[in-house]
Amino acid sequence: MSTNINTTDAGNGQPLVKLNRKDFVSDQEVRWCPGCGDYAILAQIQKVMPELGIKRENMVFVSGIGCSSRFPYYMNTYGFHSIHGRAPAVATGIKASNPELSVWVITGDGDALSIGGNHLIHAIRRNLDINIILFNNRIYGLTKGQYSPTSEFGKKTKSTPFGVIDYPLNPLSVAIAAEATFVARSVDRHTEHLQMVVERATKHKGVSFVEVYQNCNIFNDGAFDMFVARDVKADRMIELEHGKPLIFGKDRNKGIRLRDMHLDVVDLSGGASESEVIVHNEKSPDSYLAYMFARMEYPDYPVPIGVFRDVEKPTYEDLLTDQVDGAIKKMGPGNLEKLMHSGETWVVD
Amino acid sequence: MESTTILNNVEERHVEELDTVTIRFAGDSGDGMQLTGTQFTNTSAVMGNDISTLPDFPAEIRAPAGSLPGVSGFQLNFSSHDIRTPGDQPNVLVAMNPAALKVNLPDLEDGGILIVNTDAFSENNLKKAGYAISPLEDGSLQGYRLFKIPITTVNRAALRDEVKIPSKEIDRCKNFWALGLMYWLYDRPLEPTLQWISDKFGKNPEVGKANATALRAGFAYAEAAEVFTTHYRVKRAAITPGKYRKITGNEATALGFVAASVQAGRPLFYASYPITPASDILHELSLRKNFGVKTFQAEDEIAAVCAAIGASFAGNLGLTGTSGPGLALKSEAIGLAVMTELPLVIVDVQRGGPSTGLPTKTEQADLLQAMFGRNGECPVAIIAPATPGDCFHMAIEAFRIAVTHMIPVIYLSDGYLANGAEPWRLPTMDELPKFPVKLKDPVPAGTPFFPYERNPETLARSWAIPGTMGLEHRIGGIEKEDITGNVSYEPENHMHMVVTRAEKVDRIANDIADLEVFGDPSGRLLVIGWGSTYGAITSAVEEMRKDGMSVSSVHLRHLNPFPKNLGDLLGKFDRILVPELNLGQLAMLLRAKYLAPVISFPKVKGKPFKISELTAKIKEVYED
Repeated sequence: MSTNINTTDAGNGQPLVKLNRKDFVSDQEVRWCPGCGDYAILAQIQKVMPELGIKRENMVFVSGIGCSSRFPYYMNTYGFHSIHGRAPAVATGIKASNPELSVWVITGDGDALSIGGNHLIHAIRRNLDINIILFNNRIYGLTKGQYSPTSEFGKKTKSTPFGVIDYPLNPLSVAIAAEATFVARSVDRHTEHLQMVVERATKHKGVSFVEVYQNCNIFNDGAFDMFVARDVKADRMIELEHGKPLIFGKDRNKGIRLRDMHLDVVDLSGGASESEVIVHNEKSPDSYLAYMFARMEYPDYPVPIGVFRDVEKPTYEDLLTDQVDGAIKKMGPGNLEKLMHSGETWVVD
Repeated sequence: MESTTILNNVEERHVEELDTVTIRFAGDSGDGMQLTGTQFTNTSAVMGNDISTLPDFPAEIRAPAGSLPGVSGFQLNFSSHDIRTPGDQPNVLVAMNPAALKVNLPDLEDGGILIVNTDAFSENNLKKAGYAISPLEDGSLQGYRLFKIPITTVNRAALRDEVKIPSKEIDRCKNFWALGLMYWLYDRPLEPTLQWISDKFGKNPEVGKANATALRAGFAYAEAAEVFTTHYRVKRAAITPGKYRKITGNEATALGFVAASVQAGRPLFYASYPITPASDILHELSLRKNFGVKTFQAEDEIAAVCAAIGASFAGNLGLTGTSGPGLALKSEAIGLAVMTELPLVIVDVQRGGPSTGLPTKTEQADLLQAMFGRNGECPVAIIAPATPGDCFHMAIEAFRIAVTHMIPVIYLSDGYLANGAEPWRLPTMDELPKFPVKLKDPVPAGTPFFPYERNPETLARSWAIPGTMGLEHRIGGIEKEDITGNVSYEPENHMHMVVTRAEKVDRIANDIADLEVFGDPSGRLLVIGWGSTYGAITSAVEEMRKDGMSVSSVHLRHLNPFPKNLGDLLGKFDRILVPELNLGQLAMLLRAKYLAPVISFPKVKGKPFKISELTAKIKEVYED
């Protein structure tokens, strides 16, 4: 989303004072477990905020329930810690009422995809200019270790001692299927990449959906280590960049090719040509490739991060405002007395 | 009395003056009975009668033609004096097919006028209605003044050469033919309906012409064919002078919320999920965008209330509307609004329950749900309009309370009010309460701000909306420390906040009018009602008082908190009777709060009280 970016004027005739990270830190003690990935995400978002040129009082962080949903308490902006799964609906009311506000939804895999799945897809399809940041740790943390809708098949958790028998949801597949206009993924510990993605999400006008792989060091420690760890990530992850070929590997010798409606990993040092490798186009009007990228999972594929999709579409709040303005233009500003006296009336003497 | 014989050469037919007439139009749900009833109502209103209506339609959009579940009815009462209900028993029944006859005949008064479309009494239709032999032929209708008219045939004959539309379309005009007949019988002018037809079918003049021709043909048939020996006249009613329009409860509710927005000086945000019988409020409000009204059709009931809460947080008048099943789904979010102390109005247009229940029928069985249906100690204000027109005033009252006290308010309408209509005297602008909202002003950054600091009189916190400099704060569903609004798990603070939230609701009583007693302020029997039973109760009490009985009534429009003088009133009568369309929910609240020995009079049939049911019960309790 791209709301109210304004670097020269505070709106009150005063020049905008450049804020710093600390201006976005609230006076509340952070109460996540030591070592939780949430700290890193909070720090990156607080770091990016001053760069966005949005007035602090115009920012609203909305959350549901879960560990990640404590987030608004730690931001020195307006915040609303709502109820389980419903943050996208609360955010919709806020944004539709006042499109000037920069509205953020902070949610988790259980909050967004289980109890709040319905609100998530509808907030996305309406294309409100809001930023949805989904902290995906593939576990229920606040309720102490039950499996979540993104937990791997077969995973043993407190509520599945014999293994999970639900097939997991892929958050980006859901977002793309719901026609999200901005879709990205990053990792809690890849701080610079995370900052870049958050900044891009903010600048996008329309709904921005960002999945952040987040480590829960208590109930699901190391869930993403097999591909995000420093020593393996070059070979097991791939960074999507607009206009660049999908090449990865420590030696930049592997690429992703599309053949027969299927993505292949090809070895560029073993005969395959770079011209066969897909060049990423995040602006493509078709979402099919983005969807296929979202389905790339370790160990069959390198796990993609970056911006999958970034396209333009009129936003819900702009369309709503246009209807209101249009009605006023056509009918004139509402006159209550006239409205009451409309229709068939008669006078009793 | 059979009256199918056509009288010969009767030049001047007898004109009889009547005080009050109750007519019910009934037919298949595709027969246009709602429209026919509405047209008769509008014409009667414009003629200066007092009116009251009761549409009764099936939940199915198109149940199988000719079947009993597919019967749609519209009852209206019009009078030369003040009336408050659609009438206990129809004096006239127009039955367009056997199923309509079967469903509605038990309600028709003995000796009442019964007009049937004989063309529809085919073997097949009789079978669908469960008649072995045609009731037109077996003598079972002897107790009524039966008029057997082949409406389909005579309508076809009248239209065939006049309009160029398919015969199926011609048959669809037969409701207007029947309306024309009724206009003659009750001495009504055709002009208001002809005008409506010309406005409605401007783009389709041939269909308009067909309907107009059918209307005139029905009128002419009644006049010329001399089916009727008498026609009737109902004089203008002596009602309070002023300018009037006809209004249904849902229309008045929507209009009232627009007025609330104007009077509060804040934009209205209505979030709702379609549900019978509340959807018309969404339809109405979605037309009011030039008032800055934003409507949002949410993905579900929960999203609707949550979006309304978000809108309230952002400084709009957050409003959501639903019926009983939807209120159940909204419970948790209403708790959030209680915790965050935001103004929010929740409309519940009650219908028959539990579960899906009777979607198109009326009931008052959500009172205790509104009162207690949430987790934790979670009080909200509850109000209920008494008549369709009162819906307008109570919608304004809902937001006046919500923004003055920073609290959620549940507004309990019901299906009977929602779809029923009455003449509504248009209030002047200065009759409407003004309650301009005062938002918390910006402060220089760094100045401490306490979101849960309270107004000492009302205990309301301030309304500090995003976009205001210096007031950045966080709210949520976790218990709050008073004053600071920070998260708090402190035992003493929790007790203090629970008591404070209850006290906030109690203090609304300082801000609402005392109850006015209809009748004497003390006596033998007090009847207490709430919501849509106002008309029937008041009429019944009026009747009893005319008979010299010491009966009074009060009507509660504020249900939580109760008006301050209610407790005193209870002590001034020997007996207290509480009629309700539930199993005694208000009675339970009155007993609990005042330890008053109230007598409950429940009715849960999907239908409103008849005046006669109430007078019978009043007599019984009075003499007991």
